[in-house]
Amino acid sequence: MQLTGGQFTLSTALAGNDLATFPDFPAEIRAPQGTLFGVSAFQINFGSTEVETAGDAPDVLIAMNPAALKTNVGQLKEGGLIIADEGEFGARNLAKANYEVNPLEDDSLARWQVMKLNISQLTLEAVKPFGLGNKEALRCKNMWTLGLALWMFGRDRKPIVDWLNSKFAKAPTLAEANIAALNAGHAYGETAELSGPMQQHFIAPAPVAPGLYRTVTGAESISLGLVAGAQLAGLPMFFGGYPITPASAILHHLSRLKEYDVTTFQAEDEIAAIASAIGASYAGSLGVTSSSGPGIALKTEAIGLAIMTELPLVIVNSQRGGPSTGLPTKTEQSDLYQAVYGRNGDAPMPVIAARSPADAFDCAIEAVRLSTQFMTPVMLLTDGYIANAAEPWKVPDMSGYAPFPVAFQEEAPDGKLLPYSRDEKLKRPWIKPGTPGMMHRIGGIEKQIDTGHINYEAGNHQAMTDIRQNKVLGIADHIPDQDVTLGEAGGRLAIVGWGSTFGPIHQAVRRMRARGHDVHHIHIRHIWPLPKNLGDLLKGYEKILVPEMNTGQLKTVLRDQYLVDARPLNKVSGQPFRIAEIEAAIESALG
Amino acid sequence: MNEMTKLTIKDFETDQEVRWCPGCGDYAILKAVQRTMPELGVRPENTVFISGIGCSSRFPYYMETYGFHTIHGRAPAIATGVKLANPELDVWIITGDGDALSIGGNHTMHLLRRNLDCQILLFNNEIYGLTKGQYSPTSRVGTRSPSTPFGSVDRPASPCSFAIGSGARFVARGIDTHKNLPQVLKAAHAHKGASFVEIFQNCIVYNDDVFAGFTDKANAPANQIWLTQGEPMLFAGGGKGLTLDREALRLRVVDVVDGDWQAAGVIVHDQTNKGLAQMLVEMTIEHGFPVALGVIYDHPRPTFERAVVAQNAEAAKGKVADLQKLVSKGQTWQVEKEPHVV
Repeated sequence: MQLTGGQFTLSTALAGNDLATFPDFPAEIRAPQGTLFGVSAFQINFGSTEVETAGDAPDVLIAMNPAALKTNVGQLKEGGLIIADEGEFGARNLAKANYEVNPLEDDSLARWQVMKLNISQLTLEAVKPFGLGNKEALRCKNMWTLGLALWMFGRDRKPIVDWLNSKFAKAPTLAEANIAALNAGHAYGETAELSGPMQQHFIAPAPVAPGLYRTVTGAESISLGLVAGAQLAGLPMFFGGYPITPASAILHHLSRLKEYDVTTFQAEDEIAAIASAIGASYAGSLGVTSSSGPGIALKTEAIGLAIMTELPLVIVNSQRGGPSTGLPTKTEQSDLYQAVYGRNGDAPMPVIAARSPADAFDCAIEAVRLSTQFMTPVMLLTDGYIANAAEPWKVPDMSGYAPFPVAFQEEAPDGKLLPYSRDEKLKRPWIKPGTPGMMHRIGGIEKQIDTGHINYEAGNHQAMTDIRQNKVLGIADHIPDQDVTLGEAGGRLAIVGWGSTFGPIHQAVRRMRARGHDVHHIHIRHIWPLPKNLGDLLKGYEKILVPEMNTGQLKTVLRDQYLVDARPLNKVSGQPFRIAEIEAAIESALG
Repeated sequence: MNEMTKLTIKDFETDQEVRWCPGCGDYAILKAVQRTMPELGVRPENTVFISGIGCSSRFPYYMETYGFHTIHGRAPAIATGVKLANPELDVWIITGDGDALSIGGNHTMHLLRRNLDCQILLFNNEIYGLTKGQYSPTSRVGTRSPSTPFGSVDRPASPCSFAIGSGARFVARGIDTHKNLPQVLKAAHAHKGASFVEIFQNCIVYNDDVFAGFTDKANAPANQIWLTQGEPMLFAGGGKGLTLDREALRLRVVDVVDGDWQAAGVIVHDQTNKGLAQMLVEMTIEHGFPVALGVIYDHPRPTFERAVVAQNAEAAKGKVADLQKLVSKGQTWQVEKEPHVV
């Protein structure tokens, strides 16, 4: 189902529509078909105007079995269209989905328009000439349905045909069968005399800036951004990772990019993944590691080591529902405290949050820049939604990115080797092993100022703690001021967000502003340190509302930093916010 | 090359005050390593000592090379990143029984199976020294310590057995104060791949004389067997040797009369024989055997970092790094016209 959704996404992008997707699948691999917990869904929102969320309520639901119908029909817009494969609505599947009566045959779906098709049967007939077994033949029904959907929206079949040919290059019969199913579904729309709701819709291309576009998921754009960042810094990249949902995709992408001086290492555990990255940074590479909440928890001690030894390191956290194992495949923003505060000792670390798959590219470059320019680990926050969701991305012009080359220290200034001396930004020098005459020792024990020797003296620890703190806080002088994403500086209500809530907040604020409300959207990329002007900016609004997919973490940070009355709007259901939920909150805040 | 010969022990000593307890075995090991370095023909700037946490892990501060005193148990993982980032560096891991086999057991196992080219010196004192004397994963059953006032009840791990089981291709043993330690270190350095060296190290404060049964002068001849490739396995001044009981498939101690070891059935050391190595490392004086010392197993195979470098080069062959091309990959489409105003 996820593959089918991906292909419909592509055809939508090629048709020039703007789009956003929301893949929603179970944590189980091949969860039993037909069960309620095993439903794998793919939601797409597309149109001729700007699209920033996967949509609150779909217009069309394609249900391949009773369980899919049951788990998703509640979201469907009143009067929306249900296309159901009635061939799958037999007694067994109905029982698995806890239906006592076939919903296609009573009036329980009366609020919607229902189109019953025996997709299973139609598919079997379409692929009959290829002599597949029953099971294999039925696997083609996703393509049959995709063909029908392509017809409904007037889409070109060719890119899908090309994709099938390349996917099944080694099994041409399967390619042909799937293409036949795709064509049959399309032809069905074209030729069957369908009455009522089933009709063709033509969605005009969305108005977007001219240029080259592609679709991109967050996992892809982060990988690309990390590679770009390393190249802009002039460094080889070392990526240490350990498989974990939903972060593994970054390891997969990077492991194919050897020609960009990328070494990937699948470590024995999360700790080894970050420790190896720290070792690589020590040896002069850009060390990168990536994980999700539980894995980040395991890496915490090593993050402290990177802070103490002041080595560059990028840590990508693809957040998921927590605590503990939590909801591995569902999205959440509940690791903000972990990122900003979650270490032993006073251990400051810059934190950046990506707002969308496309934005994650620039955020990854920014993480590399801060990490190498300030000799510090940096955490890049993304989430399961951004990692998996696709959106159109205007391919960036790489010549527009200024390089930030790293200069290793190769000679001691004035003949004095001082590995913990500081420049004006409080950054210490980066000295690679292998450099003659520069041998020195580093480690996790408190360092003496300048020399880096072990030092337990009270005054020294106070001074070093201050230096580490001030170095990270000083980054605020080297990041952009906070802008108002939509609206003006000052007014009645500011909606302050971070990360993947961008889409629904932006759309809600846009709609409410169109209705004349005094509401503004501020979206924060630099979570730590916060932009220098943010406090003054926030104080220009009468009210501040912070929608978050957690129980109020950014809200607490804002209150702490600025003593402002930031109010929370929280959602931790594993699903992104709906635009309507934020609109309602705005309405209630404005009274 | 001439420059290398000029280096002396002084070139490998730092100006830092060495802070182990007076009489600690670590002093002797430090001296042995510092004395060996000039003989290896290595440059200090290409040498990195990486340690975890524990008494032994202070070691890098005293070596005038690059050094990284990391966190508990993680030295093998840090070392893996160092070596993959720069395979030209000569990496030494300094660890202890708690660091390598308890909190860091997982990393030790994986470094050995991957065969990263480095030297691992495990200072085994069968006790947690830095945390004030708790029993360790190599402590013998019945060890009384602050955390086991009535004696420990769990069985100890055998470091060399663990190493062989993890796929190590070089396993050796030495004793902190024994004159043979430098030659064991040299053999470890000469081996390309992960070289695992267990060094029996006396903790004078918390576990004094725990190895005296075979390290004391009086006990040494009868209870130490130093192995040499291709030489008969003799000890006790040549009066005893090891033979293979082919029926029971185990080693047995035999008397050698008038130096005729062949007549006694004494076997010759084959350091490439893994089965033999496994039997040798499991010999204990409690069971009437001498403790096996020296190079027990040395059977090289390709190293991890070389395999990674080779695969990276192969995968990159013929491809050009072009960022613009990379970001433009996949299925793309061109939007031609100017955006129209909505």
